[in-house]
Formats: sequence, structure tokens, C-alpha cells
Amino acid sequence: MSLSTAGAAPKRPPATGPKRPPRRPAANSPAHRGDGWLAWILIAPAMIGFLVFAVYPTLRGVYLSFTEFRVLTPPTWIGLENFREMFADSVFWSSLGVTVYFVVIAVSLTMIVSIATAAVLHRITESTVIRGLIILPFLISTVVAATVWSWMLDTQLGIVNVVVQAFGGDGVQFLTSREWAIPSVAFIHVWKNMGYTAIIIFAGLQTIPPQVYEAGRIDGAGESKMFFRLTLPLLRPILALVLVLNVIGAFQMFDIVSVTTKGGPANASNVLQMYIYSKAFGQFDFGYASAMSLSLFAILIIITFLQMRLLRANESETD
Amino acid sequence: MRTRRRLSPARAAAWTYLALIIFVTVFPFYWILRTALSDNFALMAEPSSVLPVDFTLGAFERVLGLATPEESLAAGGSGASLELGPYLVNSIVYATVSTALIVFFSTIAAYAFARLQWRGRDLVFSLFLSALMVPGILTLLPNFVLVKELGLLNTFAGMILPGALFSAFNIFFLRQFMLGLSTETEEAALLDGAGRLRVLFRITLPMSSGPVITLSILGFIGMWNDYFWPLLVTSDETVQPLTLALAVFKQSSPQSQPDWAGLMAATLVAALPMLVLFMVFGRRIVNSIGFTGLK
Repeated sequence: MSLSTAGAAPKRPPATGPKRPPRRPAANSPAHRGDGWLAWILIAPAMIGFLVFAVYPTLRGVYLSFTEFRVLTPPTWIGLENFREMFADSVFWSSLGVTVYFVVIAVSLTMIVSIATAAVLHRITESTVIRGLIILPFLISTVVAATVWSWMLDTQLGIVNVVVQAFGGDGVQFLTSREWAIPSVAFIHVWKNMGYTAIIIFAGLQTIPPQVYEAGRIDGAGESKMFFRLTLPLLRPILALVLVLNVIGAFQMFDIVSVTTKGGPANASNVLQMYIYSKAFGQFDFGYASAMSLSLFAILIIITFLQMRLLRANESETD
Repeated sequence: MRTRRRLSPARAAAWTYLALIIFVTVFPFYWILRTALSDNFALMAEPSSVLPVDFTLGAFERVLGLATPEESLAAGGSGASLELGPYLVNSIVYATVSTALIVFFSTIAAYAFARLQWRGRDLVFSLFLSALMVPGILTLLPNFVLVKELGLLNTFAGMILPGALFSAFNIFFLRQFMLGLSTETEEAALLDGAGRLRVLFRITLPMSSGPVITLSILGFIGMWNDYFWPLLVTSDETVQPLTLALAVFKQSSPQSQPDWAGLMAATLVAALPMLVLFMVFGRRIVNSIGFTGLK
């Protein structure tokens, strides 16, 4: 939940509803007497959760990155040693490469297919049933999705290979060969997430007033011209948000790989999150795993920042 | 644009595209059902049959623990006994309790931010919002260590607690909604001498039932499908949810001849509650996803 909206918050100033009464006088009025202690009681659970399970772990995660920590013994401070090790760790760099490869395929496919789907839906049907069908994969667990697709992509008996062979092709080792592992995992990811993204974009399309298109039509613009000149620019804020969320989500992909390939064959699909997990829970090297988490976090912040900047710069050009 | 009904080539192409997308989206669900209702050995002989091969409910009997290990082995099962029953109960407990707690705690916190006047309110609110920026990747490992130190590994408390108290998104979402509500009824009740808590639970909460239900459904879906966190903090069937059982079952299947029929039956059991939820709340889910994206 929090992930799916990570990009939404910073853009919004702490909104002040128009109905909020002026601050000082109201605080002293009889109706608001005693608000203070009641408020703290009401936010107490959230505050405890925030401090104990969000703030403390974040700070601790940063701290652990600079320690040697194997869970059973207390952490010992080793400065930048983990990061030095990381720079020299070829598996880390290949994991990073695999992750970027995955993110590029998965996110670009998700964006293209969901924009196309949302636009087509918007043009030809209002049916909630069809939108419901498209969103079905969002409802099921990634584990379920990964299990079904590992059956359908099975080299011997999977229906996809059966069809490929029926058309005269050779059986493809979708999840067991080096070259196909990441594209296959990316496809499963797209299958799972495309509908959700498409529905968000669809909702964005519905906010564009029809008059805009009428005006465009009067000016003699064709469908495709209107799509590229009107729809996409008007959708830019939502597309930016959806893009950022998808990138953040894809960088942290774990479930599909965990169920289908376990990072293999020979690290070909060993995405960063998988490597972090195996370092932490396979080798109990929590300090090193934390350092990699912190690095991934830093990468995410930089990418998010760049995306926001680039997309916003474009926005001001068209306005 | 909705008035043009003739089937131009462009519209035909659009419908074809949509049909293709829907086919790719829905086909795996049918394939789950088709495989789950097949005999595992017969599957090998007829991998392309569109209908179930040698129709049988054997796969469901295997995964629901209704078949003996011998029967299960004979039918191509892994022999490793899998009874989804306990995991199903665990998933229900985990998803229900987590969702109920987080929605309740978010609602009362949102009320404090939307309606009460207190020092530090805006500061606390922006601090809470900053939590949206930190992705799970940074907190997962330290939270695991914390739960371990609290002695809560492999317990429902350890599984539920970290996500049950605080959700920046829920609080933000509900606060925005409450700020948009008319305060007239509430103020009238306050003037009549009703206490703040009474107003919260008797007036504001019922008026917010729409977003509360939306957040509950989305929360329940998320928790039901959760995999990574339970994977970290649980180790056996006393607390593990279905997603973990499924993953373990998949990995324990022999590489040469997995019990695909059994796996698909288990998959169906894991997905079924979500599909039922979808039948009941489909329209609300579709609309709320669009809405949460815009918020």
C-alpha cells in the first residue's frame, strides 16, 4: 500500500481544507477544549507504529550498513568496509545490471501496454466488466501469478511451448536459460501489473474534459495527432506518477524470481532484492545486506528525483 | 465520441487489440482450472488439450489433505503431504486482523488530524507523510531483527504488528476525505453536549464508511497476497499463510515431473477468496483503484 503511493506524497503540500476553522481562536473556543490530549490518544497507535516500525528501522538500517552484523552476535562498527566490499563484488554489479535490465523491460512494456489499453478502453467502451477483467491479475498474489506462468512456460509441457512447437518453432527454455530468464520474469511482472496501471491511467483520461477533443476535432486533428498532442501532454502528471511508482516497484521485485528461478540459472536473474535476501538469510551477513539495501534506496531516490525533474521540465515547456 | 457507432477499421483494430489483451489476461485463470481438474499423468500425454484431461477432483483432494500419502504419490503428487487447510486459516487470520487494525488506527488518527485542534498537528502530519518516501527495502531487514529481538518470530503478533499500527497512506486518504465532509452535524452534536469520541464513532465514522470500506478491501487484498514479510518472519505451518505454502509446495515438487495438477489446485484455493471478493466488490475495486491513483 505505502509503496504504491510513494511518489504521491511529496507533490502535495500538507493540504489545508477550506473548512478548517482559523487556528488560534478556535483552539481556545469551548468546542476545542481538551482536544490536545484526546488527539494524542487517537494518534498514539499510529505514532508508536511510526516510531517503532518506520523511523527506528530506517535509522537502524543505515547504522547496520556500517557494521559487521551476523544476527547472533551484536553488530561491530567497521566503517565503510561493507561499501568497499560491494564495489569489489562482481556479483553485486551483475545483480545491479540484471535489475536494471529487468526494470527497463518491465517498466517500458507496462507503460506502453497500459497507456494503449487505457486509451483504447476510453475510446470504445465504458464497460466496468471489461475493466474488471483487465484488473484480475492485480487481485491475485504474485506467488500465484508466478506459479501459473511457470507452468504455462514449462519447457516440455507448458502450453506456450506447445503452441510455439505447433507453429514449427523450437521449444524455448523460458525460465531455465540465461537469455530468456529475465525477459520471462519481466513478462510475468507486466502481466501482473499492467491492468492496475491501465485503470489508473484510464481514471486520468476520464478527467480530461471532452471539449478538449471537440476543439481538436474542429481544428482538423486526427485520432493519432490528438493522442500525441492532447492526451499525452494532459496526462503527464499522472503518467509521471505511474512511471515513478512502477520504477520503484520494479527495482524491488522479488516474489516472481523467488518462486520461478531463484535467481538462476547462474545468477542470470539474480536481481538485487534476491541477492540481498540470500546474503541476509542464506549467509546471515546482515551488515552487508543492509549496505546493499541502503545503496538500492539511494539509487531509487536519485532516479525518482531525476524522473520528477525531467517530467516537470517538460510540463513547463508545454504550458 | 461515444455517439459514433459505426465500426470503422480503427474501431475494429481497437476491439481486436482489447480482445487480445483480455485473452492474455484471462487465459491463465482458465488454465489453472483446466489443469487442476486434470489427472496429472494424463496431462503429460495431452499437454495441449483445451479441456481437462481425464477429469478428476483428485488434485483438490491431494492439496486439501483428503487423500492419503500413498494415493497422492500414485496420482503423481510429490508425496510431501500438503494440507492447505491450516494455511488457509492462517491467511484469513493474518489478512483480517491486519486489515481491521490498520484501518481502525488510521481512522482515529485521521480524525485527530482532520477535526481536532492541537499543538504540533501539522508538524506531526508532515512527519507521517515523509514515511511514504521510504520504500520497504530499507526497513525490512531491521524490522526482521526487531521482531526477532522481541521474541516474536513465527508468531501472528510478529507478522501483524509492524504493519498494523501505522499507514501514512491510509491516514492521508481518510483525513482528506474527512476534511471534505460537512461539519454541521458534528457541531450540532457537540453543542448538544455529545463528547468528541461519541461524535467520532456515531457521526464521522459512519459518514466515512465509503473510503473506510475501500481501504479495507485494498488492504485485505494486499495482506492476503503478501509474501516477502511472512517469508522473513515465519517458519512453520502454525502461522504461515497460503502464499508461503504455495511457494514451498512449488519448490518441493520434483524437477522432473512436478505435480502440476496439484499445484494448480493449490493455486486456485489461494486465489479463490480474491475472486469471490471480486465478484462481490468488483465495481468498487475498479473505481477505487482509479481513485487512489488520482489522489
